[in-house]
Amino acid sequence: MVKYEELYCFSFNPKLDREEREQGWMLIDLSEEYKRMGLPNNYWQLSDVNRDYRVCDSYPTQLYVPKSATAPIIVGSSKFRSRRRFPALSYYYKDNHVSICRSSQPLSGFSARCLEDEQMLQAIRKASPGSDFIYVVDTRPKLNAMANRAAGKGYENEDNYSNIKFQFIGIENIHVMRNSLQKMLEVCELKSPSMSDFLWGLENSGWLRHIKAIMDAGIFIAKAVSEEGASVLVHCSDGWDRTAQVCSVASLLLDPHYRTLKGFMVLIEKDWISFGHKFNHRYGNLDGDPREISPVIDQFIECVWQLMEQFPCAFEFNERFLIHIQHHIYSCQFGNFLCNSQKERQELKIQERTYSLWAHLWKNRGDYLNPLFRDDSSQTQGTLRLPTPPCNFMYKFWSGMYNRFEKGLQPRQSVTDYLMAVKEETQQLEEELEALEERLERIQKVQLNRTQVKSKQSEPSKHSGFSTSDNSTANTPQDYSGNMKSFPSRSPSQGDEDSALILTQDNLKSSDPDLSANSDQESGVEDLSCRSPSGGECAPGEDSGKDRDSDEAVFLTA
Amino acid sequence: MEFSELIRTGQAQAELLRGPEMPPLRGTLCVTGHHLLLSPGPQATPDLWLLLLRSVDSIEKRVAGDAGTITLRCKDLRVLQLDIEGVEATLDIARSIEALSSLESVITSFPFFYRPKGLRLGESWHFHPPERYYKRVARETRAWRLSEANEDFSLCPSYPRAVIVPRAVDDDALARSAHFRQGGRFPVLSYYHAPSGTVLLRSSQPLTGPQKRRCAEDEELLQAVLAGARPGSRGFIVDTRSAQAAKQARMTGGGTEAKSAYPGWKRLHRPLERGRPLQESFVHLVEACGDLEQSMDRWLSRLDGCRWLSHVKEALSTACLAAQGMEWEGACILVHGAEGTDSTLLVTSLAQLILDPLSRTMAGFQELIEREWIQAGHPFQLRCAHSAFSHTRPKHEAPIFLLFLDCVWQLGRQFPLSLEFGEGMLLALFDHSYASSFGTFLCNSEKERCLCEVRTRTHSLWSGLNQPKEQRKLRNPLYAPNPLAIWPSVEPQSLQLWQGLFLRWTHPPEPSEVAWEKVWQIATDQEKTEGSQPTDSASEPQP
Repeated sequence: MVKYEELYCFSFNPKLDREEREQGWMLIDLSEEYKRMGLPNNYWQLSDVNRDYRVCDSYPTQLYVPKSATAPIIVGSSKFRSRRRFPALSYYYKDNHVSICRSSQPLSGFSARCLEDEQMLQAIRKASPGSDFIYVVDTRPKLNAMANRAAGKGYENEDNYSNIKFQFIGIENIHVMRNSLQKMLEVCELKSPSMSDFLWGLENSGWLRHIKAIMDAGIFIAKAVSEEGASVLVHCSDGWDRTAQVCSVASLLLDPHYRTLKGFMVLIEKDWISFGHKFNHRYGNLDGDPREISPVIDQFIECVWQLMEQFPCAFEFNERFLIHIQHHIYSCQFGNFLCNSQKERQELKIQERTYSLWAHLWKNRGDYLNPLFRDDSSQTQGTLRLPTPPCNFMYKFWSGMYNRFEKGLQPRQSVTDYLMAVKEETQQLEEELEALEERLERIQKVQLNRTQVKSKQSEPSKHSGFSTSDNSTANTPQDYSGNMKSFPSRSPSQGDEDSALILTQDNLKSSDPDLSANSDQESGVEDLSCRSPSGGECAPGEDSGKDRDSDEAVFLTA
Repeated sequence: MEFSELIRTGQAQAELLRGPEMPPLRGTLCVTGHHLLLSPGPQATPDLWLLLLRSVDSIEKRVAGDAGTITLRCKDLRVLQLDIEGVEATLDIARSIEALSSLESVITSFPFFYRPKGLRLGESWHFHPPERYYKRVARETRAWRLSEANEDFSLCPSYPRAVIVPRAVDDDALARSAHFRQGGRFPVLSYYHAPSGTVLLRSSQPLTGPQKRRCAEDEELLQAVLAGARPGSRGFIVDTRSAQAAKQARMTGGGTEAKSAYPGWKRLHRPLERGRPLQESFVHLVEACGDLEQSMDRWLSRLDGCRWLSHVKEALSTACLAAQGMEWEGACILVHGAEGTDSTLLVTSLAQLILDPLSRTMAGFQELIEREWIQAGHPFQLRCAHSAFSHTRPKHEAPIFLLFLDCVWQLGRQFPLSLEFGEGMLLALFDHSYASSFGTFLCNSEKERCLCEVRTRTHSLWSGLNQPKEQRKLRNPLYAPNPLAIWPSVEPQSLQLWQGLFLRWTHPPEPSEVAWEKVWQIATDQEKTEGSQPTDSASEPQP
């Protein structure tokens, strides 16, 4: 049995002093975030009912609840909810004064009632005075929820709660999702599949259908909040998987802040880390029950990517940011995603013994910016509006994630990197121009004679360097003859393993995951590889040599 | 004028619906010889809405009460709905559109009447690709010559007047080889790959027939190709049919090159879909894209079922194979299928884009299309008579050119910095190949174009597209010349549905348009600062 202390983050030392480490942990501050939402206010207050995790050990200690929900109501409600996860605020939409709350399923069985729980929901409704009902969204398929009733759990009976509208949105459970990912990864690993093999396999895995279900739930809630002005209570069974997915998708759709670099970190911190998503169980950091493993946050991250594809200007960050976060959820290099709850993390003194991923990402934020981000555009302000009727075409296979180690499958030139380099260069030129102009002014003022103002010599070389692109990867042909040979640019070390899930020891050790195109963190303008990101793994010469042989064979056999 | 007989009614009041994202237009609807006009009332915007009748693919009319509805499905895959006041007016307008949109005569088509401001007739028709291209080849090698044996289109009605052939082969031999090839399409040079000194040729199938006929001149021609290349060069014949189909073609007089008759040449079969199955694939894909109600799973199986992406994959793979043979094997490649006017051109033109950096420039791409599609005799008029919505049974229609454009789009997606033209250019070419105000895609061959005097009586599409105002739409602001071959991935994970085309009218275009604007802004910002740099440093104080 692996112990937490054996994980990499406890020995990982990025050579930062104590103060820097502490500052790193302070980068993302949830109390600031609630303030940003406009809390506390006349209707919502910070509750200390869960001080020392007295009521619910998988919840954080800091929670916002309706003012009218007294401690006895909360405690009473918590006793009527699975794992005592009572309704608490996830997001406050101040434009309409409505909220998204989250909880676990009620222990209603076939007929049980709980007055305090009913009062709790009533308090939530009263906290949004503009609306005379709240939605209760159960993110499970109806059948699953009904089956739960037999075990004394279940869902809210509309007759018992005044003014709720109950809604099922069928997202499958963690076991279905785990199998679906497994099936999809098998498709990704097929050797030279035909188009039919691939599309059929993709469909058969059901993966994109599940992604769509999560998105649909998020869209439903975002609409209820922004268009109908109604508060929503979301739950599934325990309220830490599907609920987290759906709340965070809805928040992302509603609030442009979560589409910024820092805002996105806050969102994960809030809906996932603080509300007790079981990172340890879901990603198998310690050898646990394999039946607990499931790509729950992976699905959320993919939803974000699907949205980025739809709205290329709406997000401040790029695809690489998502891939790196996903990588570190599994890598155990930073302490953020350890354990199953805030309480466990506190007991392990994670913040004193490990480093925060957010600080690391923030330090390298230059790599994660989306050059197309426009905070001025109408589509990026306010709620992201998806087309109605929702169409299926928008959900695409994410090859940048699931085939990320097969560089040959990825576009050989990166628009993002190119545009970032161009932007950077433009900025530098502008600065130089400004400096020169200032200098010129000064010179003219003093009227110095024959002063040599040397323009920076580096200019021309920089330029010529910039416009000749390094196309080493572009010049790597592949096997087009459709024979059984495996893909040339796929390096053997990343061969048949479950590449999206299991990271090799090498990957774990490197302080920076060399996952995608940023083999060079300080990609300056002089650095040409930004033009055509070569993973830097396979020397082109070697590769082409290999290929030459294989081609010959192909031609001979043909 | 025959048009006036076909126009049943002058005008009617109507409302036009253009899809979910666009506001409806109200105004007076009017049918003219070539266009459908909607002129909004004085209170609305002064813009006149105009639709080329030629671009209507199918028309559907419905009447209820004293109003009618006409649904127009256009060749560019747009669906328009007209709500018209008056039953009689609706039926008359529908009949007029039906009659006018299906006129077969080339010389009464709109390009012969189109006289835009700012363009002069005859402009940009100065492209004479075989001659121009020959100059490029002649700079590299003496092994080839420009032959005008087809001056009067007597050898091959679908070839241009001049073609590039091995210097060692005289015009008489060409005539005999032409006789031995279907439609007279003897092997001619398509592309000379200077870095390896190899060539890409194209032709039609040899007419070996059941008796396995041979033709000495045809064999000599291919022999001369190898002799003109580097010593010891091999040749590959890429047949775009399956071995089975090629064999069967013998029954109808066609066939394929016998191994023993062409020493040094080896045959490869790479079956590509063509003709009706390809048209049906296109129709099914467009149907699937138009169905917004289906479930996620159903969408994927329909995408699979229509097989369009498989065709893209096969076309790109075959082109890559041909290109790889030239670049890595130092081999000469001859491509043909049956007639040599469809999948053959698809393969040769794609192989050039992969290998030849010049063909990836704006001018080079236009030249490629002119040389490898238009002058090479792709029968545009037959293939693009109808698009995906037509109810009539397809006769000769096939979206081969669209398949080519889709493959180019896939190349552009994988190498976003290496093509000088953007998606806008590919969309424009698709639109114009099916219905255009310009003459470039008219007729099926050079011979027909000469007969119709297309060059002197219509405007060239290139002159239209090369106007400065069009550039922002057509060019790729990220372009940086890439001197190397671009080898695309043809794995299914790397190929995507071309949403910009197939979902152009059903998908809100706004997000991607805003992104495109931003890309341009970043690119032009850089040009501006770069432009200002030297002048400022030059204006340093002088003594």
